Amino acid sequence: MSVLLHAASITKSFAGARALAGVSFDLHAGEVHAIVGENGAGKSTLIKILSGAESPDAGSLSVGGASIAALTPPLAHALGIATIYQQPSLFPDLSVAENIALARERGGLWRRVRWAGWRSAARDVLARLGVAIDPDRLVGTLTMPEQQIVEIAKALATDARIGIMDEPTASLSGREVERLLAIVARLRAEGAGIVYISHRLDEVFRVADRITVLRDGEAVATRAAARLDRGALIRLMVGRDLAAVFPTRSGAPGRVALEVRGLSSRASGLHDVSLDVRRGEIVGLAGLVGSGRTELAETIFGLRAADAGSLRVDGVEVRIHRPDEAMAHGIGYVPEDRRQHGVVLPMAVAANATLASLDRVAPRGMIDVAAERRAGERAVRDLAIKTPSIDAPVEALSGGNQQKVALARWLAIEPSILILDEPTQGVDVGAKGEIHAIVNRLADRGAAVLLISSELPEVLALGDRVAVMRQGAIAGVLPRADATADRVMELALPDSRRAD
Amino acid sequence: MSAAHRRERSVALAIATLAAVLALARPEYFSPENLVDLLLSNLGVMTTAIGTTLVILTGEIDISVGSVFAICSVAAGAAAVRGAPLPAVALVACATGAVLGLLNGVLVAAAGIPSIVVTLAAMIALRDALQWTTQGEWISGLPDRFQWLGLTQRTYPAAAAIGVALIACAAAWMLRASFAGRAIYAVGSNADAARLAGIRTGRVKGAVFVVGGLLTGVGALLNAVRFHQIPSNGGIGLEMKVIAAVVVGGAAVTGGRGTLAGTALGVVLLGAIGPALTFLGVSAYWERALQGAIILAAVAGDAIGARHAAGARAGAAAARV
Repeated sequence: MSVLLHAASITKSFAGARALAGVSFDLHAGEVHAIVGENGAGKSTLIKILSGAESPDAGSLSVGGASIAALTPPLAHALGIATIYQQPSLFPDLSVAENIALARERGGLWRRVRWAGWRSAARDVLARLGVAIDPDRLVGTLTMPEQQIVEIAKALATDARIGIMDEPTASLSGREVERLLAIVARLRAEGAGIVYISHRLDEVFRVADRITVLRDGEAVATRAAARLDRGALIRLMVGRDLAAVFPTRSGAPGRVALEVRGLSSRASGLHDVSLDVRRGEIVGLAGLVGSGRTELAETIFGLRAADAGSLRVDGVEVRIHRPDEAMAHGIGYVPEDRRQHGVVLPMAVAANATLASLDRVAPRGMIDVAAERRAGERAVRDLAIKTPSIDAPVEALSGGNQQKVALARWLAIEPSILILDEPTQGVDVGAKGEIHAIVNRLADRGAAVLLISSELPEVLALGDRVAVMRQGAIAGVLPRADATADRVMELALPDSRRAD
Repeated sequence: MSAAHRRERSVALAIATLAAVLALARPEYFSPENLVDLLLSNLGVMTTAIGTTLVILTGEIDISVGSVFAICSVAAGAAAVRGAPLPAVALVACATGAVLGLLNGVLVAAAGIPSIVVTLAAMIALRDALQWTTQGEWISGLPDRFQWLGLTQRTYPAAAAIGVALIACAAAWMLRASFAGRAIYAVGSNADAARLAGIRTGRVKGAVFVVGGLLTGVGALLNAVRFHQIPSNGGIGLEMKVIAAVVVGGAAVTGGRGTLAGTALGVVLLGAIGPALTFLGVSAYWERALQGAIILAAVAGDAIGARHAAGARAGAAAARV
């Protein structure tokens, strides 16, 4: 059995945060090798390194037995590595044949393109995949599953020997999944090697010959799929010490502050979501990326419209269409993407901290500079923000301190309900602990906290209850005593048999 | 803050250099007549540029100001000819500008059409509508009290300059110290983050277009009272003059960064350079080329500065890790 791809002791860090530590991985011809792991385990980083999009800090790569010093996307392409991302990267205004041709065309910019040849080549490739897509159709008019197939056709047309598929079935329905799995099996039979990344464990068991489990940037196991079962695999994925590094909290929750009833939205993919959060309570919201957690938060905060359902704040039904209306009801929202949404990078620390509470420092439209400085200094002191001064732009701060500024903005409105979306993502360990303490303190003061996090230990340790979302619906709500990593994972993982 | 002020310093330095060259080579450039002439021909540009600065700070653009300027001039003139008292004439100019700005603002903010498209359409449509309405005729027979806003040729320049300076100071203060100013910078820096902080970004954008239109009306009025006739094709190319001044003054066309002090310096530099060429005996044909070069130099300086800053930030980040 020949080794198509071999990665040895790959290490990669981003801005000091370790993404991969000494991961080794190999792929044989005629094999499907699955990579599984929780959100943030390092799957995406590994794919990027295998496809040349990122270069490792340490470790070596070899393709077909030849050592590769620096893999770049064009070189990966030339070596026959094709990456099929979750979101197809196609040109929507070009035809199927043109998209396939662009992947294949080589040479000077001025040579003639033989369209007739490409059209028939595209037809051949699509026929090999057993699908009937007209090569002249514009890719933008194709459905998502069809676009995914065009991506695979692109890979086939370049005679790729190594296919890397990142969550290829995430947006597919049951029948389309079957078709894709059949294509994967056919490619394997033709002798190609496939790296297959998926959260759908039943699929993984159906197609994979071997499974590598990533956890916290390390490859914890590589096993033959036949020698694993679902339970054992989940234990490998989550099995880590839930060390008692998280602060504990006392005090019983009060009355219900936020009541979500039957919230549904076609556009946001939410189905009949009901959830309560009480005063002084932290509800952890777990689920895979794409399970609808952020969409739920954005709907509550008035950033997305709901088709059905109702929202009650302190028992009173409210209608929220815009963030300022949510704020008027005492709701704050610390968004997931801190650099894009959480802070205004070029603005000063003090200005950022007061941006959501300008009505307090600017009671009659004019900013009271002294009040603003006091608010900025209070935020820096209370949250231990490390900054040269309150006039420094937020972009000069480290990630953890930027996140504290984003938090400070919402603490300043003294929210009675605070939704936190991945508050510790990309934050170093020290700042993470401080942010946890701040969240606990907020709940102790009687705020209702909805904490979205992909980090299971965080959700389990901070959450008085843990709600788990799956495919836009609440899959279950676990009280603290029952909330274990295995149970949360079991609820969070989708299953093609359950899906449509 | 220091980065913004760096640009203002370099524009000020360019003005000082130009002034020094002129003082040595052509001291007659500084004759009172020439300076007053320069002032009067740039007051309208400055007033309009204040509004355009606000629009650009929110990350939008308004290229219809030339056409709006022409319509406001004609509207003011028409009101004056029909015997309206001066305050009413002023109100007509401002209200016309504000209404046209509102039209732009609603299409940008509520309908979500890119401002370059909206104001391009407005620029063409409004100018042609004006031509059609006036049939190309100029307004003449303006009453005497319309001239120099009822002041004299001697007192008007100072009074108008003080008026424009007051408007500029009020706008600068608003940008620095008001809720609205903070919202303008926040929307221009990062509209998503601003919306998430509860700022109604559509309203902010709509409002800057209205203020921009209103100030264009003020500029048109200040310009119109200098002449005995009001052309039906005024303000041609004004949008480019104004945007050039704002950009040279250090505002980022992507929004969120810029000051009115920078814009004022930009208006002075670009306004002074054309006549300066004439005085220095350089062909007037070079004026536009030189203005283009100044804009390019300013923006290139920005790009280089940004790269330096990014390098410094990466260094600082490395030092932290």
